[in-house]
Amino acid sequence: MISDAPPIITTRFGYDDSHTLDRFLATGGYAGLRAALRRSPQQVVEDVKAASLLGRGGAGFPAGVKWGFPPANVWPRYLVVNGDESEPGTYKDRMLMERDPHQLIEGVLIACYAVGLSQAFLYVRGEMALAQERIANALNEAYEVGYVGRNILGTDFSVDVVLHWGAGAYIVGEETGLIESLEGNRGMPRLKPPYFPAAIGLYQKPTIVNNVETLSNLPWIVRNGGDKFAALGAETSKGMRMFAVSGHVNKPGVYEVEFGVTTFRDLIEAPIYCGGVRHGKRLKAFIPGGASAPWFYEEHLDLPLEKVTVDKAGSMLGSGAIVVMDEDTDVVRACHRVVRFFAKESCGKCTPCREGTSWLEKILERIIGGSGRPEDVDLLLDICDNISPGINWPPRQTTICPLGPSTVSPIASAVSRFRHEFEAYVGGPVEVTVPMNGLAYRAPEVAASG
Amino acid sequence: MADDEVTLTVNGREISAPKGQLVIAAAEQHGVFIPRFCYHPRMQPVGMCRMCIVDIDTGRGPALQPACMIEVAPDMKVDTESATTKKAQDGVLEFLLINHPLDCPVCDKGGECPLQDNAYAYGPGESRFVEEKRHYEKPIPVSDVVFLDRERCILCDRCTRFASEVAGDPLIHFLNRGSQTEVNTFPDDPFASYFSGNTVQICPVGALTAKPFRFKARPWDLEKVESTCTSCAVGCRVTIEASRNHVLRYQGVDIDPVNWGWLCDKGRFDFEAIESDERLTEPLIRKNGELIAASWAEAIGAAADAIKKADRDSVAVLGGARLTNEAAYAWAKLAKGVIGTDHVDAQLDDGLPGVVVAGLPQATIDDACAPNTTVLVVDANIKEELPVLFLRLRDAVVNRGVKIVELSAIDTGLASIAAVSLRHFPGEAHLAARALVAGGDAAAVLAGDLEQAKSLVAGPIVAIVGRSSLGEDASAVVEATALLLEAKSDTRVLPALRRANVRGAIDMGLAPGLLPGRVALDAGREWYRDRWGAVPEATGLEATGILTAAAEGRIDVLVLLGADPIRDFRDHDLAQRAVAGARTVVAVDTFLNASSERADVVLAAAGYAETDGTTTNVEGRVSVLEAKVTPPGTSRPDWMLAAELAFRMGADLGLESTDGIWREIEAHAPSHAGITAELLRAPAGADGVLVPLRAEVAQAAEGAPVQIAGIEGTEPDNAALAAAAEAADAEPADASTDDAGAGVVERAQAEAPTRPDTVVFSRGTPYDGPAIDAYSLRVVTQRKLYDLGTLLQHSPSLAALAPGSTLEAHPYDLDRLGVADGGRVKVVSPRSTITVEVKASGAISKGAAALVVNQSGPDPADLIDATQPVTDVRLENP
Amino acid sequence: MARFNQENEELAREIIARYPVLKSATIPLCHLAQEQDGHLTDEAMEHIAELLGLTPAEVLGTASFYEMFKREPVGKYVVNVCTSISCFLNGGDELLEHAESRLGTKAGGRSDDGLFFLEGYECIAACTEAPCLQVNYRYFHRISNAEFDELIDDLRAGRRDDIPPHGTLALVRQRISEDRAAGVAHPDGSGQPVWLRDRPALQDSAPS
Ligand SMILES: Cc1cc2nc3c(=O)[nH]c(=O)nc-3n(C[C@H](O)[C@H](O)[C@H](O)COP(=O)(O)O)c2cc1C
Ligand code: SF4
Ligand code: FES
Repeated sequence: MISDAPPIITTRFGYDDSHTLDRFLATGGYAGLRAALRRSPQQVVEDVKAASLLGRGGAGFPAGVKWGFPPANVWPRYLVVNGDESEPGTYKDRMLMERDPHQLIEGVLIACYAVGLSQAFLYVRGEMALAQERIANALNEAYEVGYVGRNILGTDFSVDVVLHWGAGAYIVGEETGLIESLEGNRGMPRLKPPYFPAAIGLYQKPTIVNNVETLSNLPWIVRNGGDKFAALGAETSKGMRMFAVSGHVNKPGVYEVEFGVTTFRDLIEAPIYCGGVRHGKRLKAFIPGGASAPWFYEEHLDLPLEKVTVDKAGSMLGSGAIVVMDEDTDVVRACHRVVRFFAKESCGKCTPCREGTSWLEKILERIIGGSGRPEDVDLLLDICDNISPGINWPPRQTTICPLGPSTVSPIASAVSRFRHEFEAYVGGPVEVTVPMNGLAYRAPEVAASG
Repeated sequence: MADDEVTLTVNGREISAPKGQLVIAAAEQHGVFIPRFCYHPRMQPVGMCRMCIVDIDTGRGPALQPACMIEVAPDMKVDTESATTKKAQDGVLEFLLINHPLDCPVCDKGGECPLQDNAYAYGPGESRFVEEKRHYEKPIPVSDVVFLDRERCILCDRCTRFASEVAGDPLIHFLNRGSQTEVNTFPDDPFASYFSGNTVQICPVGALTAKPFRFKARPWDLEKVESTCTSCAVGCRVTIEASRNHVLRYQGVDIDPVNWGWLCDKGRFDFEAIESDERLTEPLIRKNGELIAASWAEAIGAAADAIKKADRDSVAVLGGARLTNEAAYAWAKLAKGVIGTDHVDAQLDDGLPGVVVAGLPQATIDDACAPNTTVLVVDANIKEELPVLFLRLRDAVVNRGVKIVELSAIDTGLASIAAVSLRHFPGEAHLAARALVAGGDAAAVLAGDLEQAKSLVAGPIVAIVGRSSLGEDASAVVEATALLLEAKSDTRVLPALRRANVRGAIDMGLAPGLLPGRVALDAGREWYRDRWGAVPEATGLEATGILTAAAEGRIDVLVLLGADPIRDFRDHDLAQRAVAGARTVVAVDTFLNASSERADVVLAAAGYAETDGTTTNVEGRVSVLEAKVTPPGTSRPDWMLAAELAFRMGADLGLESTDGIWREIEAHAPSHAGITAELLRAPAGADGVLVPLRAEVAQAAEGAPVQIAGIEGTEPDNAALAAAAEAADAEPADASTDDAGAGVVERAQAEAPTRPDTVVFSRGTPYDGPAIDAYSLRVVTQRKLYDLGTLLQHSPSLAALAPGSTLEAHPYDLDRLGVADGGRVKVVSPRSTITVEVKASGAISKGAAALVVNQSGPDPADLIDATQPVTDVRLENP
Repeated sequence: MARFNQENEELAREIIARYPVLKSATIPLCHLAQEQDGHLTDEAMEHIAELLGLTPAEVLGTASFYEMFKREPVGKYVVNVCTSISCFLNGGDELLEHAESRLGTKAGGRSDDGLFFLEGYECIAACTEAPCLQVNYRYFHRISNAEFDELIDDLRAGRRDDIPPHGTLALVRQRISEDRAAGVAHPDGSGQPVWLRDRPALQDSAPS
């Protein structure tokens, strides 16, 4: 269903000065913070619970519930904002940071106020110079006027928001890797249990890790009430959500749509969104939730963008990244391209991930290079099974974090659906060409409704 | 079941384990071994090799979890044999092997390699990996003694965790990421840690190898015995590993009360000295100026005659801290019971007086490291002199909430872990101690937060007292100790004495005024006269007194028991005059050194790993020494030399074997009662036995077997001794009918006086050190782990590590005296002048001139007059 | 110049002061060093180690984990062409090939004039704008070969001063003035935040 619900967090994207304090204040900026400060922290938590806002970083865990986890009477507690957006196909947090930094900062402040977080670290991906610049600027403005720092808006609420950025490592997007990185270490994830950040996080203290998009929703929720937010979307997926649709579509772009009701078909085919697979080609497969998600096919097009439904169907909405592959796509190469990413980005801590992912990449390279052996296809699967026993969804893992098993998704998907294409390769050097006829039609990156 | 226990099932069997214990450890304790590479019981688990993943069901169904990270929980179900577990473990092993070279046949680890073993036990057969393996430059040196082969490394994080967590020297680290991850150092910044050798021992593969061992032998050729390291007085347990009668390696043995498996590099690698071809292999006698080989009959005869001719009061015995307890007892019995002199000192005025040590309320290492203890360290140079004690303290501080308050004139490396480091003026430890615990003048503390220190030592404390400076005598430290014990009577003290078995030598009576078993001369006179026949009349001289007397020609026979005063004594000039001044010098040693090469008679002694017996560590823990190889040539155990000397003097010590000697010690020495040879070799004694015996240990030992489990017997060594004995001439035999000797035995049977009490600490005359003039600095001469010591210098891998001597002074003083940092300076004492390089250091106390002794180059011992309490010098630009 | 210069050392101290634990400043300081020298030198890492009370090995251990720190000189411009899945589907590889021929170097190398360092890069979060690239981490969306050549010409001709030399990221720095700072929250220092206890409602004196 194509909903006409107005966007919540992309409302300022139409303005080219959307990142400035003036524009922000002129469009209701910091009203959410004021509203929050007029109520007790507990009331704010209740409101966010009522909104049942799912985390937008990938795991999709309810923010309000997570906020309840820090053990009583353990202080200080920290907030770490996850702005490391790096999962192939994912493009939304960068937009939010570049185009509406104040909205994010306002969300950060609301979270700190509500949960009693004594210091916030805004961790931005290293490769995003403009986002760092815009946030630095916004923070300086906000400190200046008294929205951030000591005695915010004249109250006894004081918190520093420190801009921190990485230096290029996808794995620090994983929350415990993020914390390690913020501590100045190699961004190697910690084992959960015992290291659940909400209990034992930054500097071994309770730490809330939230995604940029998640936090950007807070001002609206506090302004309009959690129930208003919960009124949007479906039973288990409330509000609006940003999806980046890339690959072989006519109008690739980032769209904020009503969560839970809009379907994949709507997004991919509707004229106001992607306007269909490009050049009228047929759909071969699509990745519904970022490179680590198992692939979907035509038969999944009518599923709603709704967490539980998609999980049940054997994949995930993950980071809201949909990658469309048309009928001409060479899935072996596409598969290799995703595997290569995880092999490069393995932190190296767990043996199966460190050794297994690069082994998988080497085999796929060999296959594509024409030196594949018939047995390689099953070898691929068996290596996958040693990284993610059973090759099921949700995956079991012999590793600490899900990166290792993420490598399994593309291989399991591609091989199970398109085994013949692999066999075509390993039967001997077979020339499968991927036509690259020009670029997709230019569209505004975001439907500028509102 | 105690409520700190939980019940869980492992492979269907119900077990109970202490709360907080890791599954991998609990399972192992109950006979289920879970394979592992990164897990090490003495380090924080990281769960990264993934070899230990097993099915663990905590109610939500079985899930693969690393057994090294998960704590036991009630009703947990662990399955280490499930199909998923096996498949997963096989998979991990294959992953570890795909990039691992197949060079087991030439790998030092081959034969004792967990990866190799696991590959047989769990791994699939032929390789499915047809891609090219990772390549790195073959072994690169990461330190002077350790090499790293990155191709063999499986990235288990053990060496790197050891470096940062245990040693506190994070100089090796993971570099790069993912499949490119490697262990390495920062460019040109080697892994210069006193403890680097431990990484070789804990490396689960052959990636880290030790220079002294590389390619020397295959592990399966090594025969092992368990023994105790005697490179310093910590008493780390080791295995001595030899092949074809050559010692090739020591490995640390993990015992709870002492070393946890760790060793320092000096202790680990100075085995090279045993193999040195400069070892003494036969006795020597000086004939017209030359030391030349002699028969044992001649040599022992010459020594005995000299002693017999001498007036008992002009015979002195210096040294003995290198000896076993048994040898020390034999020499004490010879000196005090037969010769009748009390001029006997195992120390070279470089520790604390024997009577003081014997009388201290003893603290153990565990006492000092018990959770939340406050440890007061007074003038002890722990990292340089007792390295593994430093590791234990570091762990206690980092993981057990122990707080260290350090009182010192210099930075000993303890500052890095101390809660408070107080600096005092050299020679004024007692004034600082008074300021700290007895409301003395706060001005005695030159740097550091005195108030914080006061609040920390307000409660009960354990004190570690040492002798970090040889520039001054022991008075200040002894006075400080006395003040402590007065102000806080419940204080227990760990004496930081460095020499191998110094504690045992003192316990055995190798100190003036003491008899075996921590008994004062007078208190024990009756008891020992009854057992030995004779006991000295009056308390004798300690080292400085002996050397002074010798220098003044009042010593006819000076016996050097493995002592090298000319190199080691803090006053170089006095030592030289003494060795020259003694009419006859008898040296008992394993090498010719600066002193023994000037001796008239040199008796070649068997050394470490060549004699069995026992040793006593700094906390008074007696543990067993095993012999593994035969002594070179005809050299023989020190105790046997004492016995033979006695024979030649017409006495019989009645000592025929180390076990026999220990039986006599156990029977005679009051402090050692109940510590039988059987107990020492029983499981209850495997970690060593504290003197005096504690009730619980005695009970634990009831009906214990006599062999230490897993350690082979000592036949080869007895054979060795027999061989050595044969090489000797017949004298001992006929001497055995000697009256005096027989007499000893008879009297021993007569009804005995009551067992004397052991000494208790009593303060000497109060001491307040001399003042200093404004233009002078006061000398602190400290030791470094690596110096010109005999064993070190005969260990090629370590010899070069001695740092050399520079003078450190506070920038304030250098300013004041117009001396340039980094330049050279003349150091002028009343005794002599040396020229050294100067370094400014804010970490040492103002007014101090810190020098390192026993290094190549100018010798600070030239500056010192041991008859003075302190040494003040002036700095002059050359 | 490899250690921090006067000005940067002060900046470094200002940055360090924002973190409850010194080591957290490792990555920011490595960026600062790279901004100063164009790449991360050993001397800089030694200086950082001094400032943070670490060993140089610890600093290198952290720095070498991250893609963006270059231990060798990389010229003035680092060009990252995305070849990850979305760009791969929309001409990323072809763009990289074109870049290689245009700059006369394989990916992972420097152009012959030493001005450019070319990398085939993983996803840079511009997936809907494929094919795309970054120059010194500034974005260029939906780049055709012609547009690429134009860009390179402009850079060579110094017509793009909006793109600072490699090492400089944000052109604006966060500044937290003494009087506005709330202060760091030390892990073992601070207790429950005051505002969680009874608190007065928002005063209307507040700015708007
Ligand atoms: C390998 C891996 C990479 C991840 N990358 C990101 C990321 O780039 N951004 C993000 O917000 N969350 C990422 N996540 C999810 C985070 O671990 C965490 O769940 C999330 O930041 C929590 O915020 P949220 O509850 O608001 O979604 C990643 C997780 C994994 C396992
Ligand atoms: S699964 Fe891979 S990325 Fe995740 S912790 Fe293990 S090695 Fe690192
Ligand atoms: S031993 Fe448990 S993961 Fe290595």
